[in-house]
Amino acid sequence: MSSGQGRVDVEVESKRPDEPAQGQAHPNTCPSCGSHYRDDELEKTLRVCPQCGHHFRVRARERIEQISDPGSFAEEDDSLRSSDPLGFFDLRPYTERLAEAEVETGMGDAIVCGSAAIEEMSCQLAVMDFAFMGGSMGSVVGEKFVRACERAASVEVPLVSVSASGGARMQEGILALMQLPKTICAIDELHESGGALISVLTHPTTGGVLASFASMGDVVLAEPGALMSFAGPRVVAQTTREKLPDDFGLAESNLRFGHLDGIVPRDELRPTLGRLLRLFARS
Amino acid sequence: MRLRERLSKLGAMKLLRGTKLTGELARLQDQLDHLREEPSAEEIWQSVELARHADRPYTLDYVERIFEDFFELHGDRGRADDPALVTGIGKLDGRTVVLVGHQKGRDLKERTKRNFGMAYPEGYRKAMRAMALADRHGFPLVTMVDTPGAYPGVAAEQHGQGGAIARSQAAMVRLSVPTVACVIGEGGSGGAVAIAVADRVLMQENAIYSVISPEGCAAILWRDAGEARKAAAAFRPDAVHCLELGVVDGIVAEPIGGAHTDPDAAAKLLEEGVLAALDEIDGLDPTERKRQRRAKYRVMGVLASV
Repeated sequence: MSSGQGRVDVEVESKRPDEPAQGQAHPNTCPSCGSHYRDDELEKTLRVCPQCGHHFRVRARERIEQISDPGSFAEEDDSLRSSDPLGFFDLRPYTERLAEAEVETGMGDAIVCGSAAIEEMSCQLAVMDFAFMGGSMGSVVGEKFVRACERAASVEVPLVSVSASGGARMQEGILALMQLPKTICAIDELHESGGALISVLTHPTTGGVLASFASMGDVVLAEPGALMSFAGPRVVAQTTREKLPDDFGLAESNLRFGHLDGIVPRDELRPTLGRLLRLFARS
Repeated sequence: MRLRERLSKLGAMKLLRGTKLTGELARLQDQLDHLREEPSAEEIWQSVELARHADRPYTLDYVERIFEDFFELHGDRGRADDPALVTGIGKLDGRTVVLVGHQKGRDLKERTKRNFGMAYPEGYRKAMRAMALADRHGFPLVTMVDTPGAYPGVAAEQHGQGGAIARSQAAMVRLSVPTVACVIGEGGSGGAVAIAVADRVLMQENAIYSVISPEGCAAILWRDAGEARKAAAAFRPDAVHCLELGVVDGIVAEPIGGAHTDPDAAAKLLEEGVLAALDEIDGLDPTERKRQRRAKYRVMGVLASV
């Protein structure tokens, strides 16, 4: 046994969201209470279940609409696309997975960045989208996040990041892992310039994204019920063979253990961000 | 293989970027590079096996051979002392340096104690404490990376594994002292990069460095952990590949057959590699050194555009 039997593999990413309990539930059916909604109903409630308060996932562009002043968002770097440095081929080629994700989501990669205003306070936004390959971070996500940091530093506004990610994108191999130190270097430069990072963690924020920029906010917030763990519950259960606590890795547990500044229900996110931006404003 | 033998005999295979190779060494190097352009799946798997070899020297094996008067520092000053990650101060070539490294166990009892080299957040907090000490006293920092990954457990998550890994990297980014990291076995994902953000990152010839373990990758993408060989061949965790991508700055040669065949020789080569790397960055102004460190990571990644 070199490291065979006792060896534990840390899964940095889980490409698939936690599966709904019974097969393929409709995306608009609440996994928590079973209520079903039309899309326009959910849109009006910011995709929060009016019955039980469950927070459905929000796509990046809808999130930007929810939190920023109407018409204030100006996207940057939307022409950046992932390359395939490894010629990666598992059951399917990486390039095919990328093309499919782009067609399905209408996005170039798993993050949307640009300038915006929240309650009339200017800021830079970096918003992830779990629908694009599980929100995994490869070179493009890293690069776009870094550029958002650089813009925030140069125009002297805070950066607000909203993360949703299964972790590093393994199809880009070690270069995906290098996006961790890369984003952290950029945050260091942002902080050196006097800029602030407000990090909002949404369900789920795990693996390499949690282990890099998402945890580096001057203020770190999360949505109710968001899973935020380095290793996913399945990996931890398999490794330790113990029963996981019911609130394993959830925002509520993380708040209790001191890893979060607050849990913010979705309808309070915009005013909360506005308040923080005013507090961090440089006079 | 023959070629590699000859190369090893020529001395340390210092592939430090910017270092000019001359004459015979350069010619052999070219040949080697050419040969290794597309290492076969078997060669890559061989690296994986050597990196995990039960007799491979671990951090403390190198420490006792390379450092004089090593004094181990214990505890994160908050909660615990994590035996999966060791820190300490010692003399390297006559000068005090701080060491941070993962530590695996040799027998069953020690393996359990060392948790197979998988650190808890307490381990990374201890590392940050050692880094702060280095910065305070102007001691260079040397790290040795050898972990399957950070420990995925309930308590580890409750104690903030993700945040600890992020902050440990941030601590390394900010250091004003010279820093050298070397992957000496398994460079497993976030748990590895947590202590590997350095001015010069080296990798031993048969070490591996990857975003996920071959088994983990296979389990997810092939839905079968048994396809680990295929996964390893696909994402190429070997040292040559990491050098090509600029993820590491140099490769440290190992004795023929792997570091475990002659730990003393392996330690000598590692010491030479670390000292050469330190030499390159020692004279730089601290601000400039930090700027260069960040600039190195700034360009990592491969992009396309539409």
